[in-house]
Amino acid sequence: MSKIDKIPRQDMPEQDPKVRSANFDEVPLGYTKEQAMLEAKRCIQCKKPLCITGCPVDVDIPGFIRLIAEGDFIGAALKLKETNALPAICGRVCPQEDQCEAVCVLGKKGEPVAIGRLERFAADYERESGNIMIPAVALPTGKKVAVVGAGPAGLTIAGDLVKVGHDVTVFEALHKAGGVLIYGIPEFRLPKSIVDAEVNYLEKLGVKIVVNAAIGRIKTVDELFEEGFDAVFLGVGAGAPVFMNIPGENLSGIYSANEYLTRSNLMKAYRFPEYDTPIVRGKNVVVIGGGNVAMDSVRTALRLGADNAYIIYRRTEIEMPARAEEVHHAKEEGVQFRLLTNPIEYTGDENGWVTGMKCIRMELGEPDESGRRRPVPVKDSEFVIDVDTVVVAVGAMANPLVASTTPGLEINRWDYIVANEETGETSRKGVYAGGDIVTGSATVILAMGAGRNSARAIDEYLKK
Amino acid sequence: MTIDAPQIATKREAGQFVVIMTDEKGERIPLTIVDSDKDAGTVTIIFQVVGKTTMCLAAMKEGEDLFAVLGPLGTPTEMEKFGTTVVVGGGVGIGVAYPIIKALQEAGNKVIAIIGARTKDILILEDEIREICDRLIVATDDGSYGVHGFVTNVLQDLIESGEVINRVFAIGPVPMMKFLCEVTRPYKIKTIVSLNPIMVDATGMCGACRVAVGGKTKFACVDGPEFDGHDVDFDLLTNRLRMYNGEEEEARKGCRCHE
Repeated sequence: MSKIDKIPRQDMPEQDPKVRSANFDEVPLGYTKEQAMLEAKRCIQCKKPLCITGCPVDVDIPGFIRLIAEGDFIGAALKLKETNALPAICGRVCPQEDQCEAVCVLGKKGEPVAIGRLERFAADYERESGNIMIPAVALPTGKKVAVVGAGPAGLTIAGDLVKVGHDVTVFEALHKAGGVLIYGIPEFRLPKSIVDAEVNYLEKLGVKIVVNAAIGRIKTVDELFEEGFDAVFLGVGAGAPVFMNIPGENLSGIYSANEYLTRSNLMKAYRFPEYDTPIVRGKNVVVIGGGNVAMDSVRTALRLGADNAYIIYRRTEIEMPARAEEVHHAKEEGVQFRLLTNPIEYTGDENGWVTGMKCIRMELGEPDESGRRRPVPVKDSEFVIDVDTVVVAVGAMANPLVASTTPGLEINRWDYIVANEETGETSRKGVYAGGDIVTGSATVILAMGAGRNSARAIDEYLKK
Repeated sequence: MTIDAPQIATKREAGQFVVIMTDEKGERIPLTIVDSDKDAGTVTIIFQVVGKTTMCLAAMKEGEDLFAVLGPLGTPTEMEKFGTTVVVGGGVGIGVAYPIIKALQEAGNKVIAIIGARTKDILILEDEIREICDRLIVATDDGSYGVHGFVTNVLQDLIESGEVINRVFAIGPVPMMKFLCEVTRPYKIKTIVSLNPIMVDATGMCGACRVAVGGKTKFACVDGPEFDGHDVDFDLLTNRLRMYNGEEEEARKGCRCHE
């Protein structure tokens, strides 16, 4: 056995669970230089690297890892940025365990190389060095592209298109660019200063970002063309909350995850009253759902001072769509999991504030169309949980604002925009779409991948 | 207050609103667009000082910048020639009533305006409305001006006088809208109300503004803010508007706008 095999996968230091469950600082603290180089040396530099095939944006993974192993951290960051516009973000929020690390050869017998942690390290090193290289962009093509939505898809395509010389303007409805990275993912998982730095980098590349501009209201897609844009990319996300439509769901104290997280993250309600936007600091908080958004919500509730923070999920932990790491972190911090449980009704007090959540126990039956075993209610198993705050995190759907104001844009029966998987082409000439508004709720990196693909397609379209 | 917002001024229609933030740490609050001037590129808002944000807004001086202005938002007022219409505005709701009166007039309707306030001194837009409606009735709760009494009584009397009314618009405090709807319900006069729930993004993303209309949950920011008042659950709206009363008090104490 070679010497390299003996280096164990390097753990990343983390804040102590007891301490971190009371603050909003980032949980993992990042590798030191030594740890990063050690971890990088575990990579055996495969001739045919499978990890790249696992990456939606084709990062040259062995390439950047080799540079880390050699101590050229800035070089590693630049290598990452050749194909990934947002490496500091991806290093934190990508589900590497299902992508690059899932196919890493080392994972067959032992543990895969910690690709995500290394990506984060290189990007952080470059940002913290204050020495961020702004690559030269191509000569102006004279073509104008409008990007609707400043989330992961929109930011990626904006970066790609500005580099090849197009004039790119991003329109964002909220007052801050970043989309889900800003309003959805909490500070303790993705510090907002990192998102700001990435947006800042794009602006330095020449991307124009217009905030407070809700396309569909202030301007339609057709009006963008009239104004002289040659192509439009719609990356507006699946921004509408899903409620369960059960009795009592509009009682005070019941939030959609979108609202709860937007208040805390975008509006910084966790720092109320320094910031003006309030949020209910519940003592008994239930979050319904088993995805990353549910984990983000329940961990936020703990940090806002909940005595009891519960996850209620109708299936078991195996079926939970959340990343294993998020579930693990939530458990460490003291989140209580009530699995195979589903809410059926809320009760409230005389002021209309939620006080109780009636639940029913579930059991797993036959697999459904998603391949997961369908949860079915257990007869006569109802019980009540005392609650003062509830967060409904059972999914999101399309916000129809743009599609409904764009004649001729084909949508499917769930209001998602119909777009070519490879190129993002829609039924309207010159209009492309990608990210959650096409696929339904997915991940940051898949949205970025869609942005990347559409960037290529739009560039080709504009060259015609 | 007049805000420099040329694109919004061009686009906006009656019944729509803007979201504003006074500063980076501020709250996003929705305010109805009262009027606009396309040539000057401005929109007018009217607000009542009730919480920290409106306090800060009131403390702003001419020429200062708002941190954010987003709009126009919401579904515009359904507008056609209805015939005889009555627009009732109460308190600061008169500001919301004004653009509806104007649009109804332009659409060829006969418009009877009923505006009311607690007392004469706080009555707004009387002259402006008198100029654009067919008939104006003013009421004050304390009798200091116009009819002594509530706008609900005025509307009741108007209906009983035999005036044939095709549609009523009611904008004002929640109790006022609720009681006005009870006045018109027996006569089956369609009554449109403009709701003012708490909002965050105001583009349909968060659901903070959900209201129950005809037993269905609607988002006031995109489905409204105007709804058929006979179907609205006003008690739910009242409860949800009280959700942050404690925090509002705390925020007012920490006001930064005079720093």
